[in-house]
Formats: sequence, C-alpha cells, structure tokens
Amino acid sequence: MEKANNFLVGIYDDEDVLLDAVGKVRKSGVKIYECYTPFPVHGLDDAMGYNYSNLPIVGFLCGMTGTICALVMMIGMMGFDWPMDIGGRPYIPLPDFIPITFELTVLLCAFGMTISFFIVSNLNPWSTPRMFDPRSVDHKFVMAIDLAGNKQDAASITSILKNSGATEVNKKSFE
Amino acid sequence: MHVTSSVRPPLVTGGKKYEDVTQDICKQVEGAPSMAWKIAFTFSVIIFIYGGYCLWTTWYEGIGMWGLNKTIGWSWDITNFVWWVGIGHAGTLISAVLLLFRQKWRTSINRAAEAMTIFAVICAATFIIAHMGRPWLGYWVLPLPNAFGSLWVNFNSALMWDVFAISTYFSVSLLFWYVGLIPDFATIRERATGIRRVIYGALSFNWDGSAKTWSRYEAVSLVLAGVATPLVLSVHTIVSMDFATSVIPGWHTTIFPPYFVAGAIFSGFAMVLSLMLVTRVLYNLEDYITIEHIESMNKIILTTGSIVGIAYLTEFFMAWYSGVYYEAFAFQNRAFGPYWWAYASMMTCNVITPQLFWFRKIRRSLVWTFILSIIVNIGMWFERFVIICTSLHRDFIPSSWAMFSPTMYDVGDFLFTFGLFFTCFLLFAKYFPVINMAEVKAIMKSSSEKKQ
Repeated sequence: MEKANNFLVGIYDDEDVLLDAVGKVRKSGVKIYECYTPFPVHGLDDAMGYNYSNLPIVGFLCGMTGTICALVMMIGMMGFDWPMDIGGRPYIPLPDFIPITFELTVLLCAFGMTISFFIVSNLNPWSTPRMFDPRSVDHKFVMAIDLAGNKQDAASITSILKNSGATEVNKKSFE
Repeated sequence: MHVTSSVRPPLVTGGKKYEDVTQDICKQVEGAPSMAWKIAFTFSVIIFIYGGYCLWTTWYEGIGMWGLNKTIGWSWDITNFVWWVGIGHAGTLISAVLLLFRQKWRTSINRAAEAMTIFAVICAATFIIAHMGRPWLGYWVLPLPNAFGSLWVNFNSALMWDVFAISTYFSVSLLFWYVGLIPDFATIRERATGIRRVIYGALSFNWDGSAKTWSRYEAVSLVLAGVATPLVLSVHTIVSMDFATSVIPGWHTTIFPPYFVAGAIFSGFAMVLSLMLVTRVLYNLEDYITIEHIESMNKIILTTGSIVGIAYLTEFFMAWYSGVYYEAFAFQNRAFGPYWWAYASMMTCNVITPQLFWFRKIRRSLVWTFILSIIVNIGMWFERFVIICTSLHRDFIPSSWAMFSPTMYDVGDFLFTFGLFFTCFLLFAKYFPVINMAEVKAIMKSSSEKKQ
C-alpha cells in the first residue's frame, strides 16, 4: 500500500472529547487514518472499529511450542539418548519435569508474543516514526485524517473536526 | 470528565495535569545529576571496586577463600543468593499481579520496582557463578550437545530447575520492564535534541502512540502479566526446593514453597520501600508516590510477614508432630545452640516488627516505614542464614559437627553485590524515567486530585 502523505491533524485536549469526536467524524463519512494518544484510551479501539488483537493467540501457540520443546528435550535426553539410574528414579519422571516445562512455556510465550508484537507494530530501534504532532506522546490527543483517502475537501473536514471538539486543526505533510 | 471518588483518597495529588506528569518525571532524566546522586554514585562505585577485588580473588584463588568447610558447604554464598532473588520478587509482583488485580496504585512504583528486580537477579546470579568451583565451566549447567557423549544435565535436580527458573524470570522481567518503557522513551525522545534524541529514539523503538499499537500493547501487557504471575510464584518455589528436596533436618519440609514465596514478597516490598522513600524525596515525587502508596505496600508487608510467622509456627509444630528426632533437634539447636543470636535476630525482625503495621499511625509514618523496611531486610537475611547454616552445622552425626565463620571474602563478595546493585539503580534513576508516565496519566481521570 502506498504511504499517504498529506494529512489534516486534529488536536484534542481531553481523551473523552477525542472518543466522542471519533464517533462524530466517522458518522459524517470521513475516514480516520489513525489516532495518537499519550496513553491507551479505553474504548478507542472499539470506536475506531479495530478488532481485538490476535497476539494472545500467538502467545498461546508459542507457549505450547515451549511445552512441547521442553518435554521432547527432557524425555529425549533422559529417556532415550542416555538414560541413567539416578537414585533409582524412573528414566522419565514426569513430576520432576514439571518445573522446567512450565518455565520454558512461559519463556517462549512471553518472547514469542512480544517479538511478534514488535514485528506487526513495526517497533524496532533503527526506524524513526512519522509523528503527526510531538505532543501526542505528552499531553494532547491527535486524530489524523488522510486527505487523499477522503472524498470531502480539506475545508469541510476541518470544520467537521472543529465541530467535534478539536482545539487545533493543522496540515501535516511527509515526504 | 474528572471523577473524584468520595471514598478513595487520590493517588496523584497536587492538582496535576498530563503535562505536569511529563515535566516532573522528565526533568530528572534531562537535568544534570544532583550532588546527592553524585555522592551516592561515587560511594557505590567504590564499594563495587572493593567488592570486585574480593570477587576476583575468590574466582582466582578458589572457594577456599570463603569460610566454608565439609560440614557447612553452603553459607553466605547461598544465603546471599536466596536473599537477592527474594528481593527481586516484588518488582514482578507489582507489575504483574497488581495489574491483574486492577490496583491503580501500582502505576507510580512499578517501573522502579521492576528495575530493582532485574538488578537483584543479576546480583543473585553473581553468587551462583561465584560458588561454582570452576565458574568458567558454568555453561555446563545448560543442556547443550557436547563431545562427552553427549552428557546431559540431571533434570531431576532442583538446582537444574533453578537454572531454568532464574533465567526465565530474569528474561521475562526484563522484557516486561522494557515493553513498559517504550512509550516513555518516546516522550523523552520528542523533548530531546541532538545525540540524546538519537539514543532515546533508538530506545523508543519507533513508538508513535497510535491507537492500534496501544490496543496491541494492552493485549500483550495483559498476557505478560498473566504468565508472569505464576512465574513469580514458581521461581521462589523452585528456589525453596533447593532445600526442600534434600534430606537435611530443618530443610526437608513441604512448608518451604509457600513460606519462601511469602518471605520473598515480604523482603521485596521492604526493599522497594527503602528505595522509594529516598527517591521520592530526592526527586520531588511526593505527589506521585503518596502516603496511600506507602500504606498499601505496608499492608502487603504485614500480610506476607504474618504468613512467614505462620510458616515458622508450622515448622515448629511439624518438628514435634512428625516424631522425627533429628527435626526436633534441628529446631532446638536453632533457638539454643551456638547460633541462637542469629535466630533471635530473625524472630525479632521478621515476626515482631511487621506486626507493628497493624497500627495506622505507623503504617502511614515515613520514618517508621523506612526503619522497619531496613529491619525486615536484615531479618530476612538472617532467616536464610539460619536455615542454611544452622541446619548444616549440626546434622545427623555429631562427629561432623562444625562451626562457620565468614572470611573477608564472604563479606567482600556480598559488598560487591551491593555496589553492583546501587550503581545500576543509580544509573537507572538518572537516565530512565523512574515512574511510568503513560500509566500514571491513564489513572489521572479517576484517581487524581482535581486542580483547585
């Protein structure tokens, strides 16, 4: 998908005003590119029409991989590759394997899910983000509208944003 | 739409706005280090260097530099290891367990507590490596394919479980801590210029605060909290099994797992309090780490301290009820034998002092809280010393009874970890935001004092 370049940016002072505004703006037929907030706003993902993330499912699958890896490792090593008589214990003592199985489940779940999160959200230390307003990570709530993706012109979108409670509406372009 | 509760006191006082939160916390990161910081840092680096010399000598000359002998094969080394791991439990508890319990007061302290956890686990790992006869072969604890057959590790051993548990705990805590830091690094990045902008920019991982990313972030935090909670409980359970799975009287009891977990949370919160009481004054964060936060932490100390007290009672009861002569002797020896003074310290510090927190005035007093938090940590050190040393020094056969005294290297290696811990913590306090700004802003609508 080609990256959009010309935006109108609505700045809001309060997260509840932003939440209402998202509803109003979407109702008037304007497509919102994205909202940017300094902290997670409850209800914003529903208002924006986002589905709940699948990352917990990824976490579960990675965790199950951890469980399987741990059990295969220990049963393989102690049961088949080099079984040893340690104090008369069975070659495959499952209760003894519980702690390590649990730990590897947690380890792979946590790392697998978090690394997937970094990949799908494009979080990495070598890129710089497109910031629509530097105050969006401080104390302002920002709504970005892509001009190219909307039928209405800049003037009518500006008035829709202002009516929904935006304290400022700025133009922002990226190369 | 600010909602002020009529029953709950506010968690952020001083009529703060969102930009005040940013300013108050970022100014510590952005400003030059204060004189207090420089003095503390110099002091901790000196201790680190002296301790480093002692640790080097231990490594180079061998474990014989310690006061260990055949009878008492573990003493200060494992005491210090368990002490540090125990302290490290508060951070993940605050981050993960209190998130699941929806306790908003965790937001001002979770980052510093999680940092404390990471540094405490590093200090604990120092002892594990140091106490190996040949630390350069330390990688032999890992089940790596090798040229000896392959000769695998013994997965039945609690010491092996420890390897996996502590590594997982360290890694997952580091991950959870770092994921929480990303949005705050973005805040600092946008305020910075030049090389600072580049560094904090890299640390902030391209964060822009978009709604989609926040939505994923929340899902990830919830699952991380969900897996970190049983992890916290399992790690100290596994550490306790280093003792419980043995046959030594005084060690071989099933009360150890819950007893150690409660004790870990007990000492961890005491250390968080010691650190936070100093930090909040030096960094002017009294509006964020309020008396309500201190009181909540003291309540947890009271609860877990009481559980530790009940565990002591259970140990006595089982020592008598089991009919096992050696078990009964182990407890008589603890109270009346040559290490009675360690036992008395442990009992006074761990059983009596936390009970003082029943009194509201003491719970809400900064001076009392600081004093008691130090006493609790001393008491918990003595508890591990009593468990390890007194159980070993007089076990089954009287002809092998012996005494232990620490050498300067036992003490020096312990000092090394203090130097390491405080150096790391001071660096964290200077260059990283000590409070999670995004989380504090998120609770302000419901839990802060409205500006008059």
